[in-house]
Amino acid sequence: MYNFEFEKPTTVAEAVAALSSDEAQALGGGQTLLPTMKQRLAMPEKLVSLTGIADMKGVSASGGTLTIGGGTPHKTVADEATAYPALAALASNIGDPAVRNRGTIGGSLANNDPSACYPSAALASGATIVTNAREIAADDFFQGMFTTALDEGEIITAVKFPIPEKANYQKFEQPASRFALVGVYVAKYAEGVRVAVTGASEEGVFRWTEAEAALSSNFAVSALEGLSVPADGMIGDLHGTSEYRAHLVGVLTKRAVTAAA
Amino acid sequence: MPKDGGIGASTKRREDVRFLSGTGNYTDDINLHNQTYVHFLRSDVAHGRIKSIDTTVASAMPGVVRIFTGADFEGVGSVPCGWEITDRFGEKMQEPAHPVLAQGKVHHVGDQICAVVAETLEQARDAAEAIEVDIEELPAVVDMKKALEEGSPKVHDDLTSNLCFDWGFVEENKAAVEEAFQNAAHVTTLELVNNRLIANPMEPRVAVGDFNRGTGDHTLYTTSQNPHVIRLLMGAFVLGIPEHKLRVVAPDVGGGFGTKIFHYAEEAFCTFAAKAINRPVKWTSTRSEAFMSDAHGRDHVSTIQLALDADNNFTALRTDTYANMGAYLSTFAPSVPTWLHGTLMAGNYKTPLVYVNVKAVFTNTVPVDAYRGAGRPEATYQLERVVDKAALELGVDPVALRRQNFITEFPYQTPVAVEYDTGDYNATMDKLTQVADFAGFAARRAESEAKGKLRGFGVNCYIEACGIAPSNLVGQLGARAGLYESATVRVNATGGLTVMTGSHSHGQGHETAFPQVIADMIGIDASMIEIEHGDTDKAPMGMGTYGSRSLAVGGSAMVRATEKIINKAKKIAAHLMEASEGDVELKDGQFSVAGTDKSVAWGDVTLAAYVPHNYPLEDIEPGLEETAFYDPANFTYPSGAYCCEVEVDPETGKVTVERFAAADDFGNVVNPMIVSGQVHGGIAQGIGQALLEGAAYDENGQLLTGSYMDYAMPRASDLPFYTVDHSCQTPCTHNPLGVKGCGEAGAIGSPPAVVNAVIDALRSAGQDITHIDMPLSPARVWAAMNNA
Repeated sequence: MYNFEFEKPTTVAEAVAALSSDEAQALGGGQTLLPTMKQRLAMPEKLVSLTGIADMKGVSASGGTLTIGGGTPHKTVADEATAYPALAALASNIGDPAVRNRGTIGGSLANNDPSACYPSAALASGATIVTNAREIAADDFFQGMFTTALDEGEIITAVKFPIPEKANYQKFEQPASRFALVGVYVAKYAEGVRVAVTGASEEGVFRWTEAEAALSSNFAVSALEGLSVPADGMIGDLHGTSEYRAHLVGVLTKRAVTAAA
Repeated sequence: MPKDGGIGASTKRREDVRFLSGTGNYTDDINLHNQTYVHFLRSDVAHGRIKSIDTTVASAMPGVVRIFTGADFEGVGSVPCGWEITDRFGEKMQEPAHPVLAQGKVHHVGDQICAVVAETLEQARDAAEAIEVDIEELPAVVDMKKALEEGSPKVHDDLTSNLCFDWGFVEENKAAVEEAFQNAAHVTTLELVNNRLIANPMEPRVAVGDFNRGTGDHTLYTTSQNPHVIRLLMGAFVLGIPEHKLRVVAPDVGGGFGTKIFHYAEEAFCTFAAKAINRPVKWTSTRSEAFMSDAHGRDHVSTIQLALDADNNFTALRTDTYANMGAYLSTFAPSVPTWLHGTLMAGNYKTPLVYVNVKAVFTNTVPVDAYRGAGRPEATYQLERVVDKAALELGVDPVALRRQNFITEFPYQTPVAVEYDTGDYNATMDKLTQVADFAGFAARRAESEAKGKLRGFGVNCYIEACGIAPSNLVGQLGARAGLYESATVRVNATGGLTVMTGSHSHGQGHETAFPQVIADMIGIDASMIEIEHGDTDKAPMGMGTYGSRSLAVGGSAMVRATEKIINKAKKIAAHLMEASEGDVELKDGQFSVAGTDKSVAWGDVTLAAYVPHNYPLEDIEPGLEETAFYDPANFTYPSGAYCCEVEVDPETGKVTVERFAAADDFGNVVNPMIVSGQVHGGIAQGIGQALLEGAAYDENGQLLTGSYMDYAMPRASDLPFYTVDHSCQTPCTHNPLGVKGCGEAGAIGSPPAVVNAVIDALRSAGQDITHIDMPLSPARVWAAMNNA
């Protein structure tokens, strides 16, 4: 690890100010950034920790919306997002206990790892990403592997999830990392069903609109018969070919529907 | 009931108190006054020519003490190989030089180019980044068969090819084996890969070199399974330091699994550099470095064929194996695919004719050497998979086919040189039938099928060869070392014992089990006995711990030394009791004279030995300390039968191990709890190999599995609760304890059971699948099911 400056502001405004300098990097729970720095693959001049900002922590529900502070660790979501059980269940199965106690929802979404769990929940729920500057719809937020709509120095302060009628997340773990080899999040709302897939695509998290249409008219496994995602554009690596990942998308979507129903 | 602390008691491991309370003393815990830190600049290409190294800028950076390059090691010895193979044609194997730092070329990703010694590790790393190395990348070769093709890139310019050796065993049987195949009623052929593994002990390797300018003494602290072997190899072959000026200490070591047997260049570097700069030099491997510098294991590609007669008797077996050596010959690498593999190919069966061919191949990959089981898992996997496939082809029960061909009379001379002293393979299979509940499988399969899962049942047998010996034989086979063990038993004046052993404990529980043996022999409490190991200044020459040899070989040396102690103590006791030595008995720590009420306590005798006021000084020396060296007459041959039940998710291909049972015959057992633990750990590694682990390189020699993000280690949630039984005991006939060794059995016996079970599960769904190569990852199983 190279030397770096460290700041731990207590308000969002202070954090924004601290991040305005060049080569400053926001630090959430550090579950991706710190290992990267230890391997000398990242060398920020300044780290701005967001964990001291009380306003960015906590889980609350009102009016059919679950709001999670951007600096809230996965463990807290797992324990407190009782109004949205499928999301709590997803959070309870990210990484291991150490990761869940440190890693944050804002950090996960801002990083947008193509195999992370949270992006699928945000996209399938039609969540709103709240930053210090604006509100961004999930559909506009995820822009490909490790790429988001966030500007330099922009901080995710909260995420607002409309609470669905039914939802479920199915993760098929990559055997080594236990990240999602493929993860499928299905959420059913009065206005329709949304299906988001993580882990599979070279473009990062995506919506399987064909399945959404079928499930919106009939929320049953039978509605998915004959549907499949093309292997083209799916990730192929040591742990699974693109065909295998495409196949898993179908299997996991069915399982999510069964579990949610 | 065995006496608590005696042989047969499940005494809790005394060493665990310090391991679990953070009070162990690992090599990285050792920090010496004025210590420096070294960081190795390692090659990021698999094959290349070093055109220039410019350290000008780096040398001037803060904290840099000195930067070493290959030029500093000209004239220094090569890291040696400890075993020389003679090939089918009587030629010696090809043996490349293995410099401490690269000399002109790099041969694998991770090869050391430069070493930066600095005041702090971070300063060393900073400076390493400022070194300018100009490397001309050369074509690399990773695939063994391609490496043997005409025109393939050569790993070593000065060798004639990438073929290390072409070994045949037993060469004289080759023609007879071929004839048997021609006359066979049925031949089963199976091509398979024994996947490359990375050992991943919890503690990475560490070395601290120290030099005393006043005395000229060198000390190396290192994470080793055999410090004496390191002292010999490094002192005699690399650095030219005689043993009396070199001390090697391997304190608490956090797991070895074979990969800490070998002498590594980093050890030689730290020892050499400590003298060069006259300061201690410390290296602690990162996990990333461990992936690309610890010797890997396995990596065989084999074709095995089994010939049967019309009555399903095995008539001949032959196997062709390509064994990856990696870029250099690690310490025992040539012995693994040859003598530790070929001699096991008879397995538990009375197959009269066996021929084994092994081509050992150099590639631009990390060196490959012994890993838990070392050659024996590779043999067992081939054999037990081909037997299962033969049963499938013949439509017979695989267990019945095995039983029909079991060796049942002992001693048994195999056609592959070794003679099994004892065993009872039907007994372990009977025991397995019971503890694994064969009879209940059909009901369990029905339950799984009701859940939409396929359930499979796999059984295999194994034979082990532990405590490789005797030295005069292994010398003929190419070993460049002896394979005895030593022990010094020092009885202290007040009756306690300090036992110095060449066996090294790095998780095996020697500090608990060894005292149990001596406590029984003398009849004292085990807490009066302390085991010292891991320091060449304390124990006499020893060969260390590997090959499940510690109790069978090291324990036997300890027994012999203790027998000498008891003989001398009886002389002293006889003097004290004014009796004839022949009438003195030792029981429960009391010496007595048969037929009288005379007795003296153990402590009275030991005190007399060191305060010899009333003592037969004219006949015997004062003191009570004895040393023994034990060189076994033969290997020991543990054996057993394992059973695995899996569920396969037909939609995803994911395999889960639902049940696993082991029935082992380890001969006599000293501490059943420790033995169970050893089997548990071995099975975890075997299941890891079968389902999860596999080191992979791309075609350019880049390691694709260079971290835990891609190299899948088994975790608790991947494993079931095991049923392990070691009540079948046919004691070894040629060592004083009748013990056989248990450290590797689990890793040897379990992979074929897992694969056999998965194949059975898939076939239960009508899939015509006869083999899938390990690791049986979900993706591979799904691909096999879908011809994808």
